[in-house]
Amino acid sequence: MSSLLGGVTLAGLVAGLVLGFGIAPREATQGNVQRIMYLHVPSVWVAYLAFAVVLVASIVYLVRRAESADRLAHASAEVGVLFTGLTIATGSIWGKPTWGTWWTWDARLTTVSILFVMYLGYLLLRGMIEDRERGARFAAVLGIVAAFNIPLVHFSVYWWRTLHQPPSLMKPGPGTMPGVIVTALLVNFAAFTLLYAYFVTRRARVLRLEAEAEA
Amino acid sequence: MASEALIRVAGLRKTFGNHRVLDGLDLDVRAGEAVAVLGANGAGKTTLLKVLATLVRPTRGIATVAGHDCAKDAELVRREIGLVAHSSHVYEDLTAAENLKFWATLAGLRPSAAERAGALAIVELDRAADARVRTFSAGMKRRLSLARFVLARPRVLLLDEPFTGLDQRAKKWLEEHLASFKAGGGAILMTTHSFGRELAVADRIAILAGGAIALDTARGTLSADDVHRLYTLHAEDAP
Amino acid sequence: MTFARRAFVVVWKDLLVERRSKETLNALFFFGLLLLFVFQFALGPDRERLAGTLPGLLWLGFILSGLLGLGRTFVVERENDCWEGLLLAPGDKSAIYVGKLAGNLLLMLVIETILLVLFGFFFNLDLTNVLPALAVVIALGTVALAAVGTLFAAMTAQVRARELLFPVLLLPVEAPVLLATVKATEAVLLGETLGSVAHWLKLLAAADVVYVAVGVLTFDFVMEG
Repeated sequence: MSSLLGGVTLAGLVAGLVLGFGIAPREATQGNVQRIMYLHVPSVWVAYLAFAVVLVASIVYLVRRAESADRLAHASAEVGVLFTGLTIATGSIWGKPTWGTWWTWDARLTTVSILFVMYLGYLLLRGMIEDRERGARFAAVLGIVAAFNIPLVHFSVYWWRTLHQPPSLMKPGPGTMPGVIVTALLVNFAAFTLLYAYFVTRRARVLRLEAEAEA
Repeated sequence: MASEALIRVAGLRKTFGNHRVLDGLDLDVRAGEAVAVLGANGAGKTTLLKVLATLVRPTRGIATVAGHDCAKDAELVRREIGLVAHSSHVYEDLTAAENLKFWATLAGLRPSAAERAGALAIVELDRAADARVRTFSAGMKRRLSLARFVLARPRVLLLDEPFTGLDQRAKKWLEEHLASFKAGGGAILMTTHSFGRELAVADRIAILAGGAIALDTARGTLSADDVHRLYTLHAEDAP
Repeated sequence: MTFARRAFVVVWKDLLVERRSKETLNALFFFGLLLLFVFQFALGPDRERLAGTLPGLLWLGFILSGLLGLGRTFVVERENDCWEGLLLAPGDKSAIYVGKLAGNLLLMLVIETILLVLFGFFFNLDLTNVLPALAVVIALGTVALAAVGTLFAAMTAQVRARELLFPVLLLPVEAPVLLATVKATEAVLLGETLGSVAHWLKLLAAADVVYVAVGVLTFDFVMEG
């Protein structure tokens, strides 16, 4: 089952890369580095998806005390942190040649960085509590707080930026988006989502095996 | 029902990480009965108490108090128990009377000033009611812990090495207090690692070794030496 | 109502202990004073330049003092070995949360008043006109700080490296609150009306509601053992 998922994911990723870095048109002002958007934007989407899953799994865990929900939350948080890290890295790589700086207080980058630190804290909390049951409970509470915080972070950063300049410097590009770009983006969205599912299922499985070995 | 089992433990297992502390423990305590659990340090006596007190969840097995599951119905269990542990649960900067008022109110009770004074009198702390707990001896702190349960009237008392650190007078007082609790239909489970005073008040002795109850016998006419012999046989030779 | 009575007895107990031990308030007062010195030394004596960053410095002061003060929410339980006693208390644990939150709000109120007075003194500010508006912003921001701080203090109370973990967990969550309060304070200090920063105030109010609600609803799960 998971190897089928892995296979489809791989195919999707290859297709996405070919479309984004090969077939899609070269952006006029920014050049080829703009193609990193095909990785950057889907990464953000997957990160938000991951944290939404953490929220749901956390609530399910607190209500039903199902260990599988806890493992899902744990795995999803890890993959979410991975993809936020990827978003920050790709954003940084995009920024350096384009605006001459590694870092910019772009709204998306700022928001994602705050999320990155929040969920790193989630993983840190899990690591620091030895009692498995207590760790799961506390992580679930933190997962709920963090998720409800996301809209607050989003709006506060957005307003913080829009006072003086446009909120995000990392838009696909001026003007309308031709069909190929949209297709490339969508394929990458799908491929990254599959990658998320692949990572989470594998990671949750490892967590389950670890738990079984201990009991 | 005079002989209903207020505490019921069956097949209890508790693992901390890789360390299996309790493994297949069975124990019952009936109303009006006191059971003393003997075991070496680290044998799992405190863990057993903590499971019954809903502070620790079992890895496997069943633990119930007054018919309520300690893991699933923890809230209901907490209303039925009184725990007297190493930590005396008293605020040192408060007086005895203030401590009692705090814990009773937090438990949802509304004792009048007279009732609170009465509880302090029963535990012989009435003259020290307005003294800061910081000045109290170990025995006085333990008596203050018990004053809370005079007001709350739980059906089960869980005590962790209750006679340790008490002087003779305090030990005698505690013995009488536990006897009257038993006489009122309560169940007592206390742990100990020595063969002292608790045996006088116990109806049964259970020896905890290897994560389970190695021997469960009525105290009857067993002398302290008899108990010591049994303990050495079951507890100290066990792995 | 039992819930209110139980929450109130928690506040009563904490106030009594604080009044007799005098541990927290004295130390936090001196901490606030020292913070001001540190800000001045680190940022230079140029008063004009500092005036521009005043809202940020003020909230830095509030947050740093808050980290210390809120982190100590359950210290009295730990020092007296009473944590288990709280866990064993029958009834809705959220009453303990509300009681501790109320105590923390009182604590933060005192700290913030002291810091505000010190700031006024050192930076030669005349806050009389802006005080009501400023008070609204500070109140909204403080509730958000204390609501999450009280919850996280309970979560980290029994963790080994709690002094590290507590700020690490709290600060990222409070980022939007920090943004909102500093922006709103900036406007208020310039004499603008609260209406001009209504969006920030609404954000803070929303944060307050969300954080307190989550705190009340999840505290029982944190205090299970």
